[in-house]
Amino acid sequence: MEKLEVKSLNHHFGFTEILRDINFTLNKGQVLSVVGPSGGGKTTLLHLCAGLLDVEEGSATNTFASSSFAFQDARLLPWKNVIDNIALGLLAAGEKKSVAIEKSKKIALEFGLEESDFEKFPKDLSGGMRQRVSFARALVVKPSLLFLDEPFSALDIGLKKELQSILIDMISKKEISILFITHDLMEAIRLSDEILLLKADPGHIVKKFSYDLAQNKRDDEYVYAQSAKILQDREIITTFELELK
Amino acid sequence: MKFTLKILKDFPAYLWSGWGAIASILLFIALWDMGNQIYGNLVLPSPLETFTTLVAMLADENVIAEIKTTLYRASVGFGISLVVGTSFGLLAGFFATASMMSRPIVTILVGMPPIAWIVLAMIWFGMGDETVIFTVIVASFPIIFVGALQGTRTLDGDLKEMSDSFKLPWHMKFFDVYFPHIFSYVFPAWVSGLGMAWKIVVMAELLATSDGIGASLAVARSQLDTPTALALVVIMIGSLMFVEYIILEPIKREVELWRS
Ligand SMILES: Nc1ncnc2c1ncn2[C@@H]1O[C@H](COP(=O)(O)OP(=O)(O)OP(=O)(O)O)[C@@H](O)[C@H]1O
Ligand SMILES: [Mg+2]
Repeated sequence: MEKLEVKSLNHHFGFTEILRDINFTLNKGQVLSVVGPSGGGKTTLLHLCAGLLDVEEGSATNTFASSSFAFQDARLLPWKNVIDNIALGLLAAGEKKSVAIEKSKKIALEFGLEESDFEKFPKDLSGGMRQRVSFARALVVKPSLLFLDEPFSALDIGLKKELQSILIDMISKKEISILFITHDLMEAIRLSDEILLLKADPGHIVKKFSYDLAQNKRDDEYVYAQSAKILQDREIITTFELELK
Repeated sequence: MKFTLKILKDFPAYLWSGWGAIASILLFIALWDMGNQIYGNLVLPSPLETFTTLVAMLADENVIAEIKTTLYRASVGFGISLVVGTSFGLLAGFFATASMMSRPIVTILVGMPPIAWIVLAMIWFGMGDETVIFTVIVASFPIIFVGALQGTRTLDGDLKEMSDSFKLPWHMKFFDVYFPHIFSYVFPAWVSGLGMAWKIVVMAELLATSDGIGASLAVARSQLDTPTALALVVIMIGSLMFVEYIILEPIKREVELWRS
């Protein structure tokens, strides 16, 4: 069984404690979201899980067959055009160039990029387009585990929903497992099986919320109702400092 | 290959955009002619006289031989700077300590006036090829070295992390992630290094040798042969402009298309 298992994970940058005693398991086919305030250590946690940062204390064991990462900032290669950027992961995995380009073009169109954008360099793209390219680059390799660090933050509501439904589609077919970071509670509720609430200074998990209804069965009503419920939770209110003073 | 084709394809458009440059050159020649009418032939020969001398000189085997000598010295000096400067610069860039240690040395190399190097080289190597080549090397080496050093020092850690996350094999990491960035620093450094080499070679020849363009310039000066001196200057500037605007600039444009 493929899974990602994090046990008593602590992390420091210099003398600052960033993460304390993080524990969770992400099973195959699951979507696990981490929500929390800015600077709480979410990106750091994701990097530790993906092996981009060295784990110092505790463990993060990833047994998924393949994984890919969509970064919070798009991190495109500035000297490569849209299609070549998307194809990067495929080429790294040994895909033939012509096949890689074909697949990249297909997914680019699916993600709302236009043919006239294909030859553009990242400097000529809008922030949202860059995010879509980065997201496409991560998804085109069909990873078993996907690390997503706020991939929709620069998109308008329409595009956001479109990309979410692509993900939901994949989730329903059990094609993918996701470790997902977001600021957006509604987005987390729409996509996740489980939400971890990460409180800052130092980052530690204060609460878990589970959602059993299948993602493709969740309509707006469900999402709104669950969001309203979660927003009344004490821990959510104190973690995000939502209280009116 | 595709890249070379693109350079060639964009070349006519690039030439067309050069009208402004040509107009300014013509304006310059007009001013030059005015200067000639005010100060007379001895001080400033007319453009026409200069260019007639130039054409006559280019037909003369001896002059061509002098040009070849200079070209040889500049190429050897610049070639050595290019290879050694680039490789040392890249190497130093990869190690924090090395790049820190190299800074004062580079400051000394850049800060030392070329004329001082020429004097030292004349003492060390006597009058001849070595002196000139040595001066060319010390003048252009630091420029190229610093360019290569900057290129490696400024590599983006985030992109490296990204390439790790996609498990890029080493050759892709090198050609797709490191090389384009480093090259965008190294190439302009090569261009400035070349310009420097071409200027310094003539200066060194003027002081330290009896052949080459620089030496011909010294002879023209002692004989008060202003048309020849000016024609030599035109050869130097013309060749530099040719290399820079016709060969290097179009390449640079393509290489840096992705830059904002
Ligand atoms: N490489 C680093 N060196 C030192 N400190 C770091 C480093 N990376 C992150 N930090 C610090 O760790 C803390 C957590 O950062 P992180 O990027 O994980 O937050 P985040 O929860 O992802 O925030 P956001 O929601 O704004 O993206 C911050 O205080 C940040 O300053
Ligand atoms: Mg973050």
